[in-house]
Amino acid sequence: MTTTTDLVSYEDALASYDPVMGLEVHVELGTKTKMFCGCSTELGADANAQTCPVCLGLPGALPVVNATGVESAVKIGLALNCEIAEWCRFARKNYFYPDMPKNFQTSQYDEPIAFNGYLDVQLEDGEVFRVEIERAHMEEDTGKSTHVGGATGRIHGASHSLLDYNRAGIPLIEIVTKPIVGAGERAPEVARAYVRELRELIRALGVSEARMEMGQMRCDVNLSLMPKGAEKFGTRSETKNVNSLRSVERAARFEIQRHAAVLSSGGTIVQETRHFHEDTGSTTSGRVKEEAEDYRYFPEPDLVPVAPSREWVEKLRAGLPELPLVRRSRLREEWGISGTDMQAILNAGALEPIVATIDAGADAASARKWWMGELARAANESGTALDELAITPEQVARVAALVSEGSLNDKLARQVIEGVLAGEGTPDEVVDKRGLKVVSDEGALTAAVDEAIAGNPAIADKIRGGKVAAAGALVGAVMKATRGQADAARVKELILEKLGAAEG
Amino acid sequence: MSDHIIRLTAAETAAKIASGELTAVEVTEAHLARIETVDEKVHAFLHVDREGALAQARAVDEKRAKGEKLGPLAGVPLALKDIFTTEGIPTTVGSKMLEGWIPPYDATLTKRLKAADVVILGKTNMDEFAMGSSTENSAYGPTGNPWDLTRIPGGSGGGSSAALASFQAPLAIGTDTGGSIRQPAAVTGTVGVKPTYGAVSRYGMVAFSSSLDQGGPCARTVLDAALLHEVIAGHDPMDSTSIDEPVPPVVEAARNGSVAGMRVGVVKQFRGEGYQAGVVQRFDESVELLKGLGAEIVELDCPSFDLALSAYYLIAPSECSSNLARFDGLRYGLRTGDDGTRSAEEVTSLTRAAGFGDEVKRRIMLGTYALSSGYYDAYYGSAQKVRTLIKQDFDAAFEQVDVIVSPTTPTTAFPIGERADDPMAMYLADLCTIPTNLAGNAAMSLPCGLAPEDGLPVGLQIIAPVMKDDRLYKVGAAVEAAFVEKWGHPLLEEAPSL
Repeated sequence: MTTTTDLVSYEDALASYDPVMGLEVHVELGTKTKMFCGCSTELGADANAQTCPVCLGLPGALPVVNATGVESAVKIGLALNCEIAEWCRFARKNYFYPDMPKNFQTSQYDEPIAFNGYLDVQLEDGEVFRVEIERAHMEEDTGKSTHVGGATGRIHGASHSLLDYNRAGIPLIEIVTKPIVGAGERAPEVARAYVRELRELIRALGVSEARMEMGQMRCDVNLSLMPKGAEKFGTRSETKNVNSLRSVERAARFEIQRHAAVLSSGGTIVQETRHFHEDTGSTTSGRVKEEAEDYRYFPEPDLVPVAPSREWVEKLRAGLPELPLVRRSRLREEWGISGTDMQAILNAGALEPIVATIDAGADAASARKWWMGELARAANESGTALDELAITPEQVARVAALVSEGSLNDKLARQVIEGVLAGEGTPDEVVDKRGLKVVSDEGALTAAVDEAIAGNPAIADKIRGGKVAAAGALVGAVMKATRGQADAARVKELILEKLGAAEG
Repeated sequence: MSDHIIRLTAAETAAKIASGELTAVEVTEAHLARIETVDEKVHAFLHVDREGALAQARAVDEKRAKGEKLGPLAGVPLALKDIFTTEGIPTTVGSKMLEGWIPPYDATLTKRLKAADVVILGKTNMDEFAMGSSTENSAYGPTGNPWDLTRIPGGSGGGSSAALASFQAPLAIGTDTGGSIRQPAAVTGTVGVKPTYGAVSRYGMVAFSSSLDQGGPCARTVLDAALLHEVIAGHDPMDSTSIDEPVPPVVEAARNGSVAGMRVGVVKQFRGEGYQAGVVQRFDESVELLKGLGAEIVELDCPSFDLALSAYYLIAPSECSSNLARFDGLRYGLRTGDDGTRSAEEVTSLTRAAGFGDEVKRRIMLGTYALSSGYYDAYYGSAQKVRTLIKQDFDAAFEQVDVIVSPTTPTTAFPIGERADDPMAMYLADLCTIPTNLAGNAAMSLPCGLAPEDGLPVGLQIIAPVMKDDRLYKVGAAVEAAFVEKWGHPLLEEAPSL
């Protein structure tokens, strides 16, 4: 099923239109139990093993609010600079869907727990863009449907569907931005930076691991265009469940180009939901919203209002960890690096490994050097994330220590890292097994140097004659003889000493 | 002998079991035999759990033999409205939708009854999903009123009230959303109490209208109701709307009935058009009786009560339209039309068309409409405002009086079929009971005589403020004692033998 979509070039689109975005992000909280019952939230259990009368919506069952879920919501609200409601209620969002056991979702409607905030996000070049937050509210996740027998795993053409309610009732926080205007051509980049910043913030708060690839964080990208300089927003499309940072940017970009093509040919944008396709980077039409869907919201009568006391909210505020943007500028200063360097570290996903390596005793420069150099290359080659490499920050710190105490040189250290990554053991074990050790025994070194001089009389003469640069060839010979385990600087010193030459 | 056992009160039965004069098994067998004899005619039960009841009775007798402490109602049989889940025992809520469903869990109330060694005889008939005032809306056929089997036993808890009035059980459980405990009590000459909202856990009680539903005790005497009230009430962490406060001293109040020096309110809105003459007459006599017992009567004006019925028929259907959405044929209960060619959506639609009765469908449609965008403010929103006004009227009233009295229902039991096609006429049966549900306070119905024109029971309603449930029992016990003295016997002795 391929449909071609008319697009105009990104530059042309931006020449005529201003994009307006709205981002809705769902975060699954990492609470031990579900939002309204005591069932476990752990992933990987057998289908429907983590269910009870409450999250299965059995007749007669009633919900009870998870206090940790409320606490996490307040923390997120505070970190997003929101006001925290003094009194708010849950509401029922009514619609029929088989993966929703009660056929209503317990959510919040006009009384969200947090509202009116903002999040400052940093773009690639270091520029800071402020994204205004409309609200953050609590709700429950749905179950999962698996459609069997169809060609594509979609419901269309399937012979039957399997329902797993383990996810039903897992706490979600939905964070909704106000319309993001004024980003212009940087809108897709802002979208990506916002979701990344939000992810970092959620992780820093410790309320969720926010792993997008595992569906713990999901983003809907709402986008519309208006003619340049206009004030009235155009009709929006809602691209659902965009599940990686890169996809968020691509989806926004694609929709800008698609909308522009429709509008500039005199057409109108249909308000609809759209699906994003990772493989093609395009979106296709989902369901058309002929009229606004009527969820018949009303206050959930089975739950009592949530009224976070001001004392409690202030206590939570005081306990908030350092937030990512603040932390990054502090680290940048401490490490004495440029904004571009920091951005590269972030893009590589190296910030946390570097910090952990420094915490394990390495100095900042070598921690950065290893993670951004050798390890980034290894991760790139194997297609894994840095924090998924088979080496721990503690091990990297150990390698750095071996180098700084002189028992490894850089070349040997790379071999040690290679060995650790290959599963040969800890750095010290690899050093032992591979016999990697800088030869610092002066006697052995002197002998090797003498041998090299004797074996290369012509070069030795040049050096004696003042051509110090020629020493490189003799150093190479010594390194070869010692299988790379000599300290090259010391070797050079010895050669020059022996031949009566001096550097510089 | 067996006829003697079934006519004992719950308090008497418990005392005889505790003293060893009767065994719990004897008592249970006597009631099972009575059910066998009369329930074909009455149809109070949807399911009789003979084995479970006898096992529970045996356990009580063994406990006693070992000298273990018994609860105040140990070994006393009870009829449980089929709206509370019972693990391993069918729970239908009077609907085809749940025919054959065996719940995997016990309601909190069920657990408390079991823990108190009460013997659950079975599950009683009711209007489907508790929607109705006659039990005619049950998918399993109507229940007869033991006073006249051609008449309704009230609803929705007609099965429970009929079981009491026909001596099939000395205790029963009802639920009251708009009068479903009190109106059946009134028309069968029994006692029914709607406790303060939040006093009795709703966990495991199949929801009709969450903000109004309240389970409560049904019995033949005020003291029996109080004993049962004490067993089932109290905070439940599984129900967020459950009140975390001590249960008011209801048994103590029932044992010390008195109205001397109390101020009793009579609301002018609770009479007029639609009230049967005999009902008004018995009510007026009750007010005189209260005066004679030393109460001061205060006339009250509660203008918002005239709007209560309208507000109720927006709020209750709205909540029910959402509560009943879960019955979709996918996970439990009825499934219709799943022939392998239809989508889940089609099966859900066919299941709901086949599984729900007319009254349930009517309310789901009313509620869906009332909650829809564009109408929400005018309907659901306005109804909530009326609800606030009703609470304010009650608050103002209770500044002047300790309790309020009224007829429980405007008429005596009407013939089966008479109002079946006239929902508005049916809804009027709850005219006097609904304001209490909207405000969340407590109320009781107890017999105050037979209407002269038809010889059928009339109920007196007593209304108390939130968490002052004990006042119902204090006043109720005094009124009951005075009437029994006046009549020379409990009213139910005048009921025809079946």
